[in-house]
Amino acid sequence: MKQFWKSMLRSPSGVIGLVILVFAIGIAVFGPMLFPNSPWRMVQRPFLPPFTLSTVPLGTDALGRDVFAGMIFGARVSLLVGLVSTLVALVVGVPIGAMAGYFGGRVDDALMRFTEFFQTIPSFALAIVLVAILQPSIYSIVASIAVVSWPPVARLVRGEVLSLRTREYVQAAVVTGQSNTWIILREILPNALSPVIVLASLMVATAILLESSLAFLGLGDPNLISWGYMVGAGRTVIRQAWWITVFPGVAILISVLGLNLIGEGLNDALNPRLSREGR
Amino acid sequence: MGGVINAVIQPEPPGLMLAQIQNGPTQMVSGNIFEGLLRYSPKLEPLPELAESWSVSEDAKTYTFKLRKGVTWHDGKPFTAADVLFSIEMLKQTHARARNNLAQVDKVEAPDDYTVVFTLKQPFGPFLGIFEVGSMPMVPKHLYEGTDWKTNAYNNAPVGTGPFMFKEWQKGSFIRLVKNPNYYEKGKPYIDEIYWQIIPDAAARSVAYETGKVDVLPGGSVENFDVPRLSKLKDTCVTGAGWEFFSPLAWLWLNNRQGPLADKRVRQAIMFAIDRDFAKDVIWNGLGKVATGPSASTIKYYTADVPKYPYDPAKAKALLKEAGYKGEKIRLLPLAYGETWQRWGEAVKQNLMDVGMNIETIATDVAGGNQKIGDWDYDIAFTYLYQYGDPALGVGRNYVSSAIAKGQVFNNVEGYSNPEIDKLFADGAVATPDSKRKEIYEKAQKILVEDVPVAWMLELQFPTIMRCKVKNLITTGIGVNDGFKDAWLDK
Repeated sequence: MKQFWKSMLRSPSGVIGLVILVFAIGIAVFGPMLFPNSPWRMVQRPFLPPFTLSTVPLGTDALGRDVFAGMIFGARVSLLVGLVSTLVALVVGVPIGAMAGYFGGRVDDALMRFTEFFQTIPSFALAIVLVAILQPSIYSIVASIAVVSWPPVARLVRGEVLSLRTREYVQAAVVTGQSNTWIILREILPNALSPVIVLASLMVATAILLESSLAFLGLGDPNLISWGYMVGAGRTVIRQAWWITVFPGVAILISVLGLNLIGEGLNDALNPRLSREGR
Repeated sequence: MGGVINAVIQPEPPGLMLAQIQNGPTQMVSGNIFEGLLRYSPKLEPLPELAESWSVSEDAKTYTFKLRKGVTWHDGKPFTAADVLFSIEMLKQTHARARNNLAQVDKVEAPDDYTVVFTLKQPFGPFLGIFEVGSMPMVPKHLYEGTDWKTNAYNNAPVGTGPFMFKEWQKGSFIRLVKNPNYYEKGKPYIDEIYWQIIPDAAARSVAYETGKVDVLPGGSVENFDVPRLSKLKDTCVTGAGWEFFSPLAWLWLNNRQGPLADKRVRQAIMFAIDRDFAKDVIWNGLGKVATGPSASTIKYYTADVPKYPYDPAKAKALLKEAGYKGEKIRLLPLAYGETWQRWGEAVKQNLMDVGMNIETIATDVAGGNQKIGDWDYDIAFTYLYQYGDPALGVGRNYVSSAIAKGQVFNNVEGYSNPEIDKLFADGAVATPDSKRKEIYEKAQKILVEDVPVAWMLELQFPTIMRCKVKNLITTGIGVNDGFKDAWLDK
């Protein structure tokens, strides 16, 4: 573990990514305590430009709502959706991939055809359809993002398990008569985890983008403010008031960038070929 | 004279057969293809159209219309009284509002080819107000008689008597109408062709006007915040006229049947809690007027002498407390008609949350929202409806208990039931003379405003934006809907 952090901190992209993520999580967790006013409240005259009043530093939107408050509260929704939907996708994708890779044969065929079925549908189109059918709410958004993001996880895990399956220590475990579940959970998965962790960090970034895109199209939860909603609502007035879209857009950009940098750092840290040099 | 006009139509109409479909965009396009017996001035006075003149009997129960001679359908067949009788039969089956408007008619007869006589069961004050093209379009008997109306091929290529003929419809792109060369008013229409451009995105519609792709933006086709910007463009004229016949009034349906809203005090609290001036000034960019009650100020027998509901959150809180409201969840359905309505939904939600109501917004599309409202599966829902100039035609339907019918959207979906109101509207429709009707409807307005069956928001205004070279487009109470008859282009 210590080794991991050491190599993680040695990669500059990983450090920058971590700093951004910690900052974003800090805002999401503590921001609403510091700025308790609802982001939906009309506080000033509409279309107030940024940096004119200290009470609304980033200006106001078409209804006179505080853009800064929206950014703070939006961080919570965007990050939460990103993390939870990635977790759900992992919970679905990892077992399917592990089973397919371990048992092979018909089980593998059945599970992979099922996975391919989801992969053939363009993921964003599927997400739109699902949210539209289920009615936009935070739950339907998390569910639909999870549904479109688990197949790559399953494929990746299957590939890893397929290669580990033939290793001698696994065969030794089989010979000693340990149960399949035990072998998968204790012998194979821990060794297949590093690429999954790297993938997961990138999935969080993708999920944030997906949520923003859905909200941009008006398919966000109408009771929760998110960065994507702010960009979508401000889009039509961009010629009168650039700040309504630009600030949340930059927030999306930075947080997605941060997660990608973390993914890169993790990759460097967890990749045995790269990190061994340091040992 | 001559020339081509490009206008925006938003959204794309579901069809153009006006006798069967009455969506706003259908009325706007087809009102220039079909005609009614009468037109209406901005003051809602009847003007001759297919009927040249009309007379009313002493007892106000017999109306005789003399039809214009020499009128032909677009296919060349003459228009006669037989077409009028046939149209009425069809409309009674296909047009809910026409059926309602004709409820007081005992019989319709045609003594000769150019005379139609309506005999009423009892005098009906607003009778001369029901002959507008969208309310009672004339359809060709020789093309529809004996066919299945719903599947008739002419529904897709409508044939009327109007100044413009249907030419083609490229779905998702444009609808093209061409001049009727045999129009009975010699020399008219002045325009050769109309292209109704279909552009689904609001921002793209604004751009289409700026780049010169379209010349006319009918009311409601661009977002309100774009109106001031577009109005300032060179050679651009803006008018709020042309909606007098409709007088669109926006309100919140309040489900009177269940939960906290069954209590009158909670409904009154909602009226006090919502900042309607803010909605007018910010969301509608200063267009329109704060509504005082069930009638828009532009229609007959309107009175401002009713209980008032200024923006007063403290009073709203007090009323909620008095009614014993304890934070029960209340569902709010915004109207899925675009940005303006979404922002309005957010503002109203915030207003209501500020006085302590627990509001949850439910996101739906137009069809889903209509279904929820029709099934009474809502607590608060946005809507706006046309009023058609007379309380008997456009107001009573939303408050009388006989108009409670599950599954339909534009009737008394709030479930308000008050025998006194039922009686007033029943009496008002048939009372004579006018002063008597005035007295009845003023009383009804006072009772309704006290009871708050729905929360009236704004009298909407939909400005039409056009190039100044387009002249005379809006001359009647329905504006663009039948305006191309007189329009011309200044060169």
